[in-house]
Amino acid sequence: MSGSGEPDHSSAPGPATGQFSARPLRPYVITRGRARATRNTVGVETLLIAPDPTRELPVTATREERALVRMCARLLSLAEASAHLDLPVSVVSVLASDLIDAGYLSARSGSGRPAAPDSQLLQEVLHGLRGIR
Amino acid sequence: MDSAASADRYLPDTVTRSAKILVVGAFGVGKTTLVGSVSEITPLRTEEVMTEAGVGVDELVGPSEKRTTTVAMDFGRITINSELVLYLFGAPGQRRFWDLWTDLAVGAIGVLVLVDLRSLERSFDVLEQLEERELPFAVAVNRFPDSPDVALEEVRAALDLLPETPVVECDARDRFSSAQALLALCEYAAAHDARSSREYA
Repeated sequence: MSGSGEPDHSSAPGPATGQFSARPLRPYVITRGRARATRNTVGVETLLIAPDPTRELPVTATREERALVRMCARLLSLAEASAHLDLPVSVVSVLASDLIDAGYLSARSGSGRPAAPDSQLLQEVLHGLRGIR
Repeated sequence: MDSAASADRYLPDTVTRSAKILVVGAFGVGKTTLVGSVSEITPLRTEEVMTEAGVGVDELVGPSEKRTTTVAMDFGRITINSELVLYLFGAPGQRRFWDLWTDLAVGAIGVLVLVDLRSLERSFDVLEQLEERELPFAVAVNRFPDSPDVALEEVRAALDLLPETPVVECDARDRFSSAQALLALCEYAAAHDARSSREYA
């Protein structure tokens, strides 16, 4: 670690802490090479649901896209879907974004990505947290 | 209703909105513990893939080289009311993970920075980054049994925080205490929100 108190943007952050490991590039295969979603409107907290889970996906749909639509038979967040499917959030964002565009998934909340939560929402969160004992 | 296991996983159909708070801090500071103690679900884990430039990460790697790494992110959920759920995301604070939580922070209520008095200097990086942003943040001191006895005002001075930045003490293992820390952040975010609405009025 650097001994000086002066921030230095080029300095190394120190040795690895065991939090990350090398990983093959498979996620980019799942998303057909894309690292980012087509729309910037899905976030980890976006609530997803399949409006019609019985609707058939095209034959070209990937295993992961099918799994995501099945997972969203009922309401849950993008982060939760990622965790249950054991796929990175960035990958599920790309898949979800495509599936929303194609009408196989709907985003109920957190889409449109406002810059900051509105004050009504903040008041509700405050009230909810005050109730935790 | 469906089976208990799958009913647990999903949100009630009445939920129409979601919000999120980031819990950021150095490795081992108690982020996962705090998320776990307030979450109503068993915390979930996702792994994020990052492509990072070799520069600043490993001196032996040339600046043009990149490598792919994954970083684990734990998160939990709190039902605020029948229509609103709050997600808590624990994210590592080190400089090399900033890109990850820059994306994560879009639309968040704010950031709770968890610090450990035994290694306060490991929080400098994340605080320096937050001070350059609009996002409200609060500092929560996670007391460990062998933490030095330091007053919160001394922590504020040591971290060179603004007078209005909330600094609270918490026990990340305790549900009520962790919720109080989140509350301090949200109260500050609400005040921040009121102030910016006046500016634009």
